[in-house]
Amino acid sequence: MMRSKYTRPVRLGEQGEGGQQGASRLTTSAMIASLVAPGQRTKAAPFGQALVELAKSRPQILGLTADLAKYTDLHVFAKAYPDRFYQMGMAEQLLICTAAGMAREGFVPFATTYAVFAARRAYDFICLAIAEENLNVKIACALPGLTTGYGPSHQATEDIAIFRAMPKLTIVSSGFMTMRALEAIKMLQDSHIDVGVLHVPTIKPLDEATILEAASQSGRMVIVAENHTIIGGLGEAVAGLLLRSGVMPAAFRQIALPDEFLDAGALPTLHDRYGISAAAMARSIKGWQ
Amino acid sequence: PEWEGRDRFLLSVGHYAIALYAALIEAGFLPEDELETYGSDDSRLPMSGMASYTPGMEISGGSLGQGLALAVGHALALKRKKSDAFVYCLFSDGECGEGAIWEGASGAGHWRLDNLIGIVDVNNQQADGPSSEVTGLENLEERFAAFGWHPQRVDGNDVDALIVAFDAARALSEPRPRVIICDTKMAKGVPFLEERERSHFLRVEADEWQKAMSALDGGRNA
Repeated sequence: MMRSKYTRPVRLGEQGEGGQQGASRLTTSAMIASLVAPGQRTKAAPFGQALVELAKSRPQILGLTADLAKYTDLHVFAKAYPDRFYQMGMAEQLLICTAAGMAREGFVPFATTYAVFAARRAYDFICLAIAEENLNVKIACALPGLTTGYGPSHQATEDIAIFRAMPKLTIVSSGFMTMRALEAIKMLQDSHIDVGVLHVPTIKPLDEATILEAASQSGRMVIVAENHTIIGGLGEAVAGLLLRSGVMPAAFRQIALPDEFLDAGALPTLHDRYGISAAAMARSIKGWQ
Repeated sequence: PEWEGRDRFLLSVGHYAIALYAALIEAGFLPEDELETYGSDDSRLPMSGMASYTPGMEISGGSLGQGLALAVGHALALKRKKSDAFVYCLFSDGECGEGAIWEGASGAGHWRLDNLIGIVDVNNQQADGPSSEVTGLENLEERFAAFGWHPQRVDGNDVDALIVAFDAARALSEPRPRVIICDTKMAKGVPFLEERERSHFLRVEADEWQKAMSALDGGRNA
């Protein structure tokens, strides 16, 4: 029998959001899908607007992108400050090095791209040109973790694992999973499952004292939820911290993406499939009781 | 080395640090006797040039291919500051195999960085053999010209020719980045080393140092 080069399983009548069997298949045509829950208040281009506001009082701030201004909110900055905006083209290594050179000259560059390209394509450049020299460069990564249905070329499912081992780098969380966790615990209220949520604002450095204090409450399970592969992310960071500190919670669980190249498709479907939709998280937590 | 009005010299090929240390000593930024610590524990003069170690070392080179793209950042920033300073970036023929060199070349051409002067050391040596065989180095002038640069090609061991080329690069009125492609011979001026095969990593026996010094001094007096 000929072996097919197509290794993806055919999925029909699969589970949809909320776990109903036979939900209709979703279709996506956008690289960037909405992440908000129904009824949630949102603000357009929050990063771009915040940067414009910040740049008013800080003339040293510059904005750079590698052909992704529109998709990283930087077009808002470019419109407000056209002479402080640099379009570096589809060239992430140049983007990072240019930002580094500008930082050496006293500017504060904000460089934007997708998390996959920053993590995979520009790693050596961020490491040597920026981190080793402790330069003040901000790299804003759109599409962190699994936030697009575009497939593995755009899914940065190992971005934290790649970045965590880089010395001197500060990694700020997107806060996305905190939002999801808060939705999930609402769904658990009727089940009388008492879940507290601890937001981790920076993956690196970790606020170790706060995490240890929360994990030390007697009789509680620690669940680390992250929009990231189960390897090398926040879960392992917390597990290592607990072990090193001799803090043993009642149990330890991870909500994380599998160690796989993930499917292409509609984002709500993928989040449900891989366990990081609010409903899927609530299901997992119930199952661990 | 911290003077704002200085020209910036970016050593992309950090492996050449020892030559820049000698220049920094000549410039008075480092004491001459510190050269004795080169490559030693806790020295400010590591084998590969790093900005955090050495006064006057503008960047940490050594991860080959990064320098030219860094130079683009410096050149854009100096223009913002309305500075007259030039940015010089020395990189090697072998480095031209790195894609980032061409991202930098393309960006510099696009931004018409007339305050940027690239220097390519074409010594035809890299780790695995002659660069012309390992990477292929045809038409470097045409390649840079195609990216919007003003190229010159000189004998990189001829100091007078280099001075003329640098003066021409600085004086050029065209709004383009400039590149000086330097054909060089390693160990120039020391005939018995010039002829040694595989001189990318050059082994010099203990008794040869004095002979080499004498040959160089002889060349200087001639």
